[in-house]
Amino acid sequence: MNTTIRTPPSSNPLTRFWRRLKRSDGLAALAFASPWIIGFCWFQLYPIVASLYYSFTSYNILRPPVFVGLANYQNLFLHDELFLTALTNTAIFTLVSVPLGLAVALVLALLLNRDIPGRAAFRAIFYFPAIIPSVATGILFILILNTQGGLLNVILNRIGLPALPWLTSPGWAMPALILLSLWGIGPVVVIFLAGLQDVPRVLYEAAQLDGAGPIELVRRVTLPMISPVILFNLVIGLIAALQTFALPFVLFANKQDANSIGGPLNAALMYSVQLYSVAFQQFRMGYAAAMAWVLTVIIFTLSLAALRLSGRFVHYE
Amino acid sequence: MAQTSSKRIDFTATPRERATPSRGQSRWLEALRQPLPFLAVVVFAIIFALPVYWMLVTSLKSLDEVFADPLVWWPRQLIWGNYPDALQQFPFWRYLANTLTIALPVAFGTTISSAFVAYAFSRLRWRGRDAVFYLILGTLMIPNWVTLVPLYILFSRMGWLDTYKPLIVPAFFGDPFSIFLLRQFFLRQPQELVDAARIDGASHLRVFLQIMLPLSRPALVVVALFAFINSWNDFFNPLIYLSTPEKYTLQVGLFNFFGLHVVNWPGLMAAAAVILAPIAIIFAIAQRAFIEGISFTGLRG
Repeated sequence: MNTTIRTPPSSNPLTRFWRRLKRSDGLAALAFASPWIIGFCWFQLYPIVASLYYSFTSYNILRPPVFVGLANYQNLFLHDELFLTALTNTAIFTLVSVPLGLAVALVLALLLNRDIPGRAAFRAIFYFPAIIPSVATGILFILILNTQGGLLNVILNRIGLPALPWLTSPGWAMPALILLSLWGIGPVVVIFLAGLQDVPRVLYEAAQLDGAGPIELVRRVTLPMISPVILFNLVIGLIAALQTFALPFVLFANKQDANSIGGPLNAALMYSVQLYSVAFQQFRMGYAAAMAWVLTVIIFTLSLAALRLSGRFVHYE
Repeated sequence: MAQTSSKRIDFTATPRERATPSRGQSRWLEALRQPLPFLAVVVFAIIFALPVYWMLVTSLKSLDEVFADPLVWWPRQLIWGNYPDALQQFPFWRYLANTLTIALPVAFGTTISSAFVAYAFSRLRWRGRDAVFYLILGTLMIPNWVTLVPLYILFSRMGWLDTYKPLIVPAFFGDPFSIFLLRQFFLRQPQELVDAARIDGASHLRVFLQIMLPLSRPALVVVALFAFINSWNDFFNPLIYLSTPEKYTLQVGLFNFFGLHVVNWPGLMAAAAVILAPIAIIFAIAQRAFIEGISFTGLRG
């Protein structure tokens, strides 16, 4: 296999490329990587390009696409109230649930990072809800958040607080959704915990010698040391939050009425749910493609902004 | 960079955790001396576990106990019959068979294809390798929604709508997260093994099949389990690609069952618990490997 036969140098670039491929592991690499290469072209590259094209068309699958220029994008931002509602709701959901989730996850991870008994068991308890299927989670919380006699409201009553119409009033639907998203932060806790365990103990000891208290330890040692992990969780969290689909869909999509998908007065209409409705209930594929591209641009802009800003506060070893 | 961090990760147990039994007692003493953090963890754990308890206990209640005030923390009589009743009210066994028809090939396909690709990005030397690897990781940032419409149209032209092909076939072309996980694992295996085999004239295919795969069994299991659970839990793809009710998966089936029987809460919770059970069992058995796998993702720095 490794016997290289000396051949006179060729001026043909293709021949030269071929020969270099044979000499290195290039051919084998091409073969081993071929599943991903084919998959990337088939399931990512082609669809991305195609959806950009579709986003400039009007297309209902039954008849061929008709080019409409920027009309889809204009309609989205100028005439589509449901789109704007979904965009606003999703922005609120993301801006509240992501930082809140990071904060709660960090607190849990800091607590678990102490030498407490049963740490592995606690970690498992925090992680487990994240792998419960969304349909089960959604139905379970419709039960728990029931206004009359639901677990949460009865507990609230018992401690002297009023029962709240969590899922049935426009004012409480979004807070409920944000609260429920916290139930799934287990993986974030686990990733934080792994980051915390990598912080060298020496640093804490040195800071303590210098007279740092517990809060200063967290602020001056822990946070800077795990800042790359915070950035990672932030970006992953943003991407996931902007695409949230299953939970709001199960919670708020009315089975009896296909037009009612966003909860009371569409107060919890999420971007992805609206996109699903446009694509697979109304079969307006061109319009849905435009919506998908707007979402993609938002996700890329936010991710890049997070990465760019991170230069200021993220500390790499 | 990624290589150095991967050295610290052991899929079976971290050194710190292995050391715990001998220190168990001092941990309890410490918790007694400083009870606040421990109590806080306990309170959070109760909040996180309570909904699951409520699912299980509701599945064994009678209808009039579901919304009773005061709360029924333990039913007067455990009604195990809710389980067979619930499973009869929707074609559970058929949906189970459908779900497995999808999830098992997906787990297999994801693992084997990702392992192949991971080998190309860890054990083979070629120009542009790392750049392409970052491209693979970069695709994780592409929202599924942007590829959805063209893929749906493409699958519909290929006659794949209302079949399991759109749910299974893509799994055989590598998954970025799994490729990443396996690559890190392959990189940790001693290069001398590969070199020795290569000098003896083994092809890369043989090195991969006979050295790398057997050495990487723990990582392969993690990848297969993640893929299985993701496919088992998938709601969205079956929802859009399957239209014949007989072909539904458990998740879509449960969603429809919910639409039809919204008052039968014990039955619904029984169905939800049954659908959750395999996931819970896998998690209980492979919990550590699972959490190591997740921890691993955050450490790429």
